[in-house]
Amino acid sequence: MRLRRPRLILFWLPLAIALIAAPSAHAHLMNTGFGPFSDGLTHLFVTPEDLLPVIALALMAGLRGPRFGRAVLFALPVGWLVGSAAGFLVAQPITLPAAETITIALGVLLATDRPLPLALVGCLAILLGLFHGILNGSELPKTSASSQISSAGISAALFVTVSLLAGQAASMRVPWARVALRVAGSWIVAIGLLMLGWAMRVSG
Amino acid sequence: MFPNTHSMKNFIQHAGAARRSFITLFLLLYPLTVFAHKRGGEAIGFASGFEHPISGLDHILAMVAVGMWGAQLGAPAMWVLPIVFPMVMALGGMMGLMGIKLPGIEPCIALSALALGFAVCREARPKLWIAAIIVGFFAIAHGHAHGTELPLGASGVLYSIGFVIATGLLHALGIAFGLVHRWPAGRIALRVAGAAVAMGGVFFLWKAISGEAV
Repeated sequence: MRLRRPRLILFWLPLAIALIAAPSAHAHLMNTGFGPFSDGLTHLFVTPEDLLPVIALALMAGLRGPRFGRAVLFALPVGWLVGSAAGFLVAQPITLPAAETITIALGVLLATDRPLPLALVGCLAILLGLFHGILNGSELPKTSASSQISSAGISAALFVTVSLLAGQAASMRVPWARVALRVAGSWIVAIGLLMLGWAMRVSG
Repeated sequence: MFPNTHSMKNFIQHAGAARRSFITLFLLLYPLTVFAHKRGGEAIGFASGFEHPISGLDHILAMVAVGMWGAQLGAPAMWVLPIVFPMVMALGGMMGLMGIKLPGIEPCIALSALALGFAVCREARPKLWIAAIIVGFFAIAHGHAHGTELPLGASGVLYSIGFVIATGLLHALGIAFGLVHRWPAGRIALRVAGAAVAMGGVFFLWKAISGEAV
């Protein structure tokens, strides 16, 4: 199915401009000047550690079909929001070494393009959301109510990102476009492996 | 796959939609400098990662040759080889980052250009798994060299993103050039290009063995 020009202008172009024009984020949330919701909304797009597994999961779900895309569309933001709430309870910011492993695993699933049950894809979305949500939540200020609003912003960004990517992947009908997405999966695996090496280098 | 079952007309017809998808995907994988989850030194991460694979002619020759060989072999090798290379290369990079020493990395990189160029020149057609093992073997050496040369203070994730994207683009360049294989004159041109890559490999091998700086 070919993309129509209005769709390109309305969705993909603003997204691309927003990603290019996004200024550097400082501390754990960037200060957009538009309030905590916008801070959270922007956070995902300037944090490749969070963005990469989301891209892999959204594209993988899209390749499996619209039902899978819809499952991830709701499961991931909800899981992330719940994870963030749990992360607020953690006294100190935490870092878990499994973050790179999850990115690698999702990249492998995208690259191999193997059929998976809907329940499993839904569980993966919830797990990814919980895991990264806890990491995000633990890093947010505990005293301010704006942290919860920021988390809502992150979840909204997730919803938009997943809907765009999964929708795009699900609508692709050309065989070699599917191959291109699988190649993107292999790139995500490669990036994840290097991130893992980097994490081991730092800790070692 | 399109080179065998789809005509060039169909390819061109769908190229517009796919190009837009590629651009969006690229932009998503190309975040600007970030300081979230700060680890220090991120400012040089993406740029240094992107520049690294294209900073050495020996790396360029080998990675372009992977794409050319894949295109020459046709589907599925055309996309399997460029999938195998970055993944195994990243494994080598991870070993380099972790400080695991491997002997003869520089000669192996030069040998990769020689072997892959020779394969293109000879139009070698091994089984897919053999081709994948050959490519994967050399990818370890390339990745290890990149991993050990990671600049101090660079952001791991941004460096990795730049590094993998540059590698993938070099493969794509090789594939794009390798598509001339479908025409008789293109086949000859591809073989000549393979011979040129192999000659480059000989040069770099001689340099590596003699210990001269390239």
